[in-house]
Amino acid sequence: MASPRVLLVRAPGTNCDQETAFAFQSAGAITEVVHVNRLLELPALLDGSQILCFPGGFSFGDDIAAGRILGNQIRLRLADACGEFKQAGKLILGICNGFQILAKTGLLDIDDEVGPMATLSWNDSGKYEARWVHVVASPGESVFLQGTDRMELPIAHAEGKFLVRDQAAFDALAKRGQIVLRYCTADGDSSNVSYPANPNGAAGHVAGVTDTTGRVLGLMPHPERYVAAEHHPNWTAQSPREPHGKAIFENAVRYFA
Amino acid sequence: MLKETIFAATRKLRQQWGDDDWCVSVFVDNAGVVKFDDDHHVCFKVETHNHPSAIEPYGGANTGLGGVIRDILGTGLGAKPICNTDVFCFAPPDHANELPQGVLHPRLVMQGVVAGVRDYGNRMGIPTVNGAICFDERYLGNPLVFCGSVGLLPHDKAFGQPQPRDMIVAIGGRTGRDGIHGATFSSAELTSESETLSGGAVQIGNAIEEKKVQDVLLVARDRGLFTAVTDCGAGGFSSAVGEMGEKIGAEVWLEQAPLKYEGLSYTEIWISEAQERMVVSVAESNWPELEELCRSEGVEATRIGRFEPTGRLLLKFHDQVVGDLDMSFLHDGRPPVVREANYYPVPDQQLVGKPKLQLTESLLAILGSLNVASKEWVIRQYDHEVQGGSVVKSLVGVNRDGPSDAAVVRPVLTSNRAVVIGCGINPHYGDLDTYHMAASAIDEAFRNCVAVGADPSRIALLDNFCWGDCERAETFGALVRAAQACHDLSLAFEAPFISGKDSLNNEFSYTDAEGQKQTIAIPPTLLISAMGQMADARKAVTMDLKASGNRLFVVGATHDELGGSHYALVNDAIGGSVPKVDPAAAAATFAAIHRAIEAGCVAACHDCSEGGLAVALAEMAFAGGLGIDCQLESVPTATVHLDAVTRLFSESNSRFVCEVANDHATQFEEILAGCEFAKIGDVTSTARVVIRDNDSTVIDLPNDQLKQAWQSPLAW
Repeated sequence: MASPRVLLVRAPGTNCDQETAFAFQSAGAITEVVHVNRLLELPALLDGSQILCFPGGFSFGDDIAAGRILGNQIRLRLADACGEFKQAGKLILGICNGFQILAKTGLLDIDDEVGPMATLSWNDSGKYEARWVHVVASPGESVFLQGTDRMELPIAHAEGKFLVRDQAAFDALAKRGQIVLRYCTADGDSSNVSYPANPNGAAGHVAGVTDTTGRVLGLMPHPERYVAAEHHPNWTAQSPREPHGKAIFENAVRYFA
Repeated sequence: MLKETIFAATRKLRQQWGDDDWCVSVFVDNAGVVKFDDDHHVCFKVETHNHPSAIEPYGGANTGLGGVIRDILGTGLGAKPICNTDVFCFAPPDHANELPQGVLHPRLVMQGVVAGVRDYGNRMGIPTVNGAICFDERYLGNPLVFCGSVGLLPHDKAFGQPQPRDMIVAIGGRTGRDGIHGATFSSAELTSESETLSGGAVQIGNAIEEKKVQDVLLVARDRGLFTAVTDCGAGGFSSAVGEMGEKIGAEVWLEQAPLKYEGLSYTEIWISEAQERMVVSVAESNWPELEELCRSEGVEATRIGRFEPTGRLLLKFHDQVVGDLDMSFLHDGRPPVVREANYYPVPDQQLVGKPKLQLTESLLAILGSLNVASKEWVIRQYDHEVQGGSVVKSLVGVNRDGPSDAAVVRPVLTSNRAVVIGCGINPHYGDLDTYHMAASAIDEAFRNCVAVGADPSRIALLDNFCWGDCERAETFGALVRAAQACHDLSLAFEAPFISGKDSLNNEFSYTDAEGQKQTIAIPPTLLISAMGQMADARKAVTMDLKASGNRLFVVGATHDELGGSHYALVNDAIGGSVPKVDPAAAAATFAAIHRAIEAGCVAACHDCSEGGLAVALAEMAFAGGLGIDCQLESVPTATVHLDAVTRLFSESNSRFVCEVANDHATQFEEILAGCEFAKIGDVTSTARVVIRDNDSTVIDLPNDQLKQAWQSPLAW
């Protein structure tokens, strides 16, 4: 099959679209960035793509709550189109603000009959923070994370704290294999992780969640910011290494190979 | 005055370079533009937003950054902002004395300013990559907030020119009563009544509105939908339209401007500085496409007039003429202002005041002084990696907490060519001599860029003067002298000034308890921002030590220059010789360091600035998690008899510490031949900094203690 096509959706305040498109292009995909207004006018725009991506930023200023407005637009006005997209065996990726958006769309399978089982809330520090973290993957069914284990990636957010409704909700998500990415220490320990290794106070140190099919992924760290060796904060002291963020984009492209 | 000094130096350099001139547009557009690669130029602008930030720190800093980003969007036919810088001057945040009426506590000011910059820059998706913070009591009533932005501009979009009969189109935010007389307020003295009288001049920005404007503007630019663009900054429509129509003439229909609410007078519409507005000139035939583009992304675009080839500025409100001026009078009609300047040289004096602290205590005190201390609390709140171009970040080293000299950014993701951003500022030297303060600031900005790998033959400079009341001849004299240094160093380093901005009248007046009028004038403050370039960002060098067994070299001579130093500051000593620049030696050193970095001989490089050699060594050690063992007697000096204090803490310019692997030492020494340099010691695996003076050990401290001293003051 030819290179998969990626549709990156931007809204007012989206600001990671260009470098995320670049990361997909470097992995071999063909990318198109569209304003959400175009998608609302013509949901069929989705038909030509195999991968749908919500890049990071501050969609609609994160007014009300991070990702809330765009998330609601998707949930209320593009539910059918996105549902069909997912059912068709295609992939959906949300990074940072994109994760915050996905969490509110219903596409991540983190809602039950009572309501949302989990959401993303304000960092324990109460402020926006940018720093590099270690994460450990338990890929399970996740297409994007196949073959990944430990990664070092940057986070940059104010509302990235994974919050669950209650322990039962957390256990249910874990049991379904949806907890696929956790913050860990530099040694890879994901059980005992304090600030700043867990940068926001996330429950269970959760950094990323998949849907039940493994074809939808939302994560707070920015893999598109580690696709060149020189992105790493300590690259000048390291021997050359494969940038950890690349695998996520390459896995997505390879899925359609 | 600046025309005869700073502009003149750039003009001379451009003549001298002839066909090799790499300036594109200097001191004319909203930002200075220089050549970058085969497809792009880069531009840089730094603005101040001091008075608004004094009254309302969050909104003042917020709109300060928003304004300078619009300068970049309004350069040429619109540049894409690729990174931001910010530099602040505050009174110490632990200020315990009573505050004069109308003054906000410096800690509140600092927190508000940082939050304001954070919320605008992060939302715009522009990485904040470089900055500095200076602390001095004299900024109590009048903090300084410098906001800078760098843009990327395609070659064929470097110049815009409105055409006769083009429509005048306003894009973006609506016009309101906010920001009326902001420009006037910014130029007046601050007093305890400023908030009451001018509070309305200060606004809160809306970064998402500006991001929307940027999104459509850059698409419209690439489709060729407009012939010129400028931002609405100080003076609002009046200066935007006045500038664009200078060569043609303009007719403006003020009632057409979209308003936030009813009831504005035509004067208010004309001068409102409401945020997030740009003005473009659009051929009638392109208007439908531009209107549709803006509509499709929810951005308002409105025709508010036409550039009429009359040579006049004609303002109408519902067909009634409310203003009619000759464009040439508007631009050139003001009689020149004649000011008197005085300067009385201060002879070099001995450093006076018995040093209270031992060498070890002095080092810890300097590391823990606010100017030197870690700014991690601030840096972590800024997105410094968005857009994916980050190569050297503000914090580097094994635990990502060492202070980088400059930022390296690859603005074109498919290319390794990079811009390098550094800055220099040191108001304490200005207390002794503003000429040498300016020269030192240029040297610092320059060496910061060179230390990470910038090519010293491609560094452009920006000046931002913040001064007190220049009606006083001696205050103005200090300014003239600083400008002369800018002229001299620009020529000596072959580094053109490409843009600048000054802010005068930075004074705060209040009535004290006895009913006497008191005035606090800021110290003369000059920020020099430098934009360098690197052919290959993968050759960049950071300041953290890399491997034990490597050799440590000091490059550049140390002089007896403790005047205005941090050693003097923490020991309450005054006087002493201010650091000077030897332009020829400095230029040779910069060129040699660059050759050594290009050759791959340098494992780590750090410049010596506040706190001198001792602080540079300590920072390199704790950033790299490695130790140092070195000999002070090996430090190259200008005169033989310099004591340990001077060798450790003198702030002489144009100096670097370089870490060099043994395999590269011979090559390094060959490249540096002709410069003052010497091996002073080795990198060790002990995580201690050991500094010896002949047979005695003068400093022996573990990295943890050094880092703790450096991190604790601002670990909020």
